[in-house]
Amino acid sequence: MTLTRRTLLKSAAAGAAATVALRADARERRMLPPNAQGLLYDSTLCIGCRACVVKCKLANGLPPDTKMVDGVAYDAPEGLNATTKTVVQQVSLADRSAFMKRQCMQCVDPACVSACMIKAFQKDPQTGVISYEASRCLGDRYCQMACPFNVPKFEWSKAFPVMVKCELCRKRVDRTDRDGVPACAEVCPREAVISGKTTDLLAVARARQKAHPGRYEERIFGEKEAGGTQCLYLAPKGVSFEELGMPKVPDHSIPEMAVSLQHGIYYDGIAPIVGFIGLGIIVSRNRAKAEKGETK
Amino acid sequence: MSDHAHAEPLGGKLFTGPFKVLIAIAAIGVAALLYRFVTGLGAVSGLTDGNAWGIWIAIDVVVGTALGCGGYAMALLVYLANRGEFHPLVRPAMLTGALGYTFAGTSIFIDVGRYWGIWKIPTYAAWWNFDSALLEVALCVMTYIFVLWLEFSPSFFERMKAAKSPGLRASGAAWQARMNKAMPWIIALGMLLPTMHQSSLGTTMMLPITKVHPLYLTQLLPLLFLVNCILLGYGAVILESTSSSLAWKRPDETGLLARLAPIMAWGLLGWVVVRFLDVVVRGQLGAAFRPDLAMLMFWVENVLTVVAALMLLSKRRESRAGLFSAALLVTTAGVLYRFDAYIVAYDAGPGWFYFPAVLEILITTGLVAIEIMIYIFIVKFFPVLSAAHSREAAPTVRGIA
Repeated sequence: MTLTRRTLLKSAAAGAAATVALRADARERRMLPPNAQGLLYDSTLCIGCRACVVKCKLANGLPPDTKMVDGVAYDAPEGLNATTKTVVQQVSLADRSAFMKRQCMQCVDPACVSACMIKAFQKDPQTGVISYEASRCLGDRYCQMACPFNVPKFEWSKAFPVMVKCELCRKRVDRTDRDGVPACAEVCPREAVISGKTTDLLAVARARQKAHPGRYEERIFGEKEAGGTQCLYLAPKGVSFEELGMPKVPDHSIPEMAVSLQHGIYYDGIAPIVGFIGLGIIVSRNRAKAEKGETK
Repeated sequence: MSDHAHAEPLGGKLFTGPFKVLIAIAAIGVAALLYRFVTGLGAVSGLTDGNAWGIWIAIDVVVGTALGCGGYAMALLVYLANRGEFHPLVRPAMLTGALGYTFAGTSIFIDVGRYWGIWKIPTYAAWWNFDSALLEVALCVMTYIFVLWLEFSPSFFERMKAAKSPGLRASGAAWQARMNKAMPWIIALGMLLPTMHQSSLGTTMMLPITKVHPLYLTQLLPLLFLVNCILLGYGAVILESTSSSLAWKRPDETGLLARLAPIMAWGLLGWVVVRFLDVVVRGQLGAAFRPDLAMLMFWVENVLTVVAALMLLSKRRESRAGLFSAALLVTTAGVLYRFDAYIVAYDAGPGWFYFPAVLEILITTGLVAIEIMIYIFIVKFFPVLSAAHSREAAPTVRGIA
């Protein structure tokens, strides 16, 4: 019993030591890629026409999410789903209503990318766009578990499903003379959605705040949230992003804790190899002893 | 696993009444399973985009593998701590382990949406993402299923040696000798792999930091999961041995099993202490008193664990009924912890709710029925359970013999 207890205590101590060591050994903070692309959504300019939602479906070859309103069929998705990569939602507040657009945030340090076992999700080192490659996807849905914004969607009603998520129109299927421009930004009549380099978008957001004092909330969502996202948001003065339906997320990276721990424990695969050899030697010796009848 | 002279096939009829009930449950499960492969996951499960993992992961994989850790836990004792007296418990534990892990692997195949590509995990080495704790779990579990069957294989070779055909007998003997040589390294792998993936099952739930309840989200998740699976393993060994001796009127092993009790008790108490200290150190003690379901489960798990530990330290452990009920408490508490960490403590935000669908449950029960059927088949026709060791190996039997 003493031996086992000692073993248990040892592993406990090792676990604690590893945890402590990680504080110092934390991986480097992820920064915006050099040519990081994103969207800026300005809730004060949006009139809820949903042209972006429809155009997105055309650009991505997605079917409508049909709802009947007074006997008329509308493509009216209520949220992101397996046929909807972007959505505009109306949010009813105490004294007014506001619009909110949702799509993949293109996180600087994305949880989905760190979750994915064989890299079906990858972040482009230049543009920072998080792409999805169905041929490598196993449909294990760990990305859905991990994403703090609940963005990746799964085709629950298909026998051969894929994940669905905005890739910033990386793979447009419609005919457009503005290749590379996300469909939602291309079609928006009021510049409520614009696309471009994230650093430029942040400058535009600041300029709008400066040009219209008292119109905007000071906080620009995505500047710091989840360690920074390439898609940014402006909210009307007096309305918090949580009221608009954004989840509460910390200012630091989401995968940081799990990833540092994972690498901390394994020391780049050296720990398991040493462990294997050590265990093999101990077992061989114990078995030899046991065969001689020396078991305690 | 060199000396299993005492292990013998149980013999007897296979198609008994209970076995036929199991066939019926399995048949319903298989029918539900076929439906799943035709319609996709939505039609058979309560899973949603917000609760993407349900009982197939939390019960079949996360709990199922832990209950299958009896082999791992016994190997740690017998081969690492060199406690040879527990040797008779190793082989049945390896069988439940092999079956439990095979069941988990099958469930993963059912749960993943794009199951036809599952071979890519072990083969697309160039694409491996070492940031993903789930990759580590997947690779280790896949390997460990084979390792467990290898660890159990001497049982098959012994059966071959008892066969009528001389060729079969010779090859059984040859393979047994070969396996015997490789066994220390197979056993070493069998200790390393669960240490890795059982802790990684904890790390897996460290990624959704905004969705996991503060009482459950901690950097100690890997340690808590690892110790938990070892304790669950011992609990499962006691439950399995006691029920098989009751079901098939085999000699009682309580005397030997009771020697596991102090090891388990101190492990359980240590686990609870570490868990509370962790909550305090992280400044989340308030969450332990803020009423919600996760908080309730946190207390239930810890109280059950402490009660189980106290039972294991008391004289009760020496009676079969006392030891069995203590082991039942240990496994209940441990199973709840794993289930809660994956399901109850996970909250994707307002509007998301998960409860397993009927067909989803039937698939799980069907798989469990198949697992039990294979277990019964193997112990009846192969040398797994030891026939008469308990009197020799454990002279201190005080239970209901």
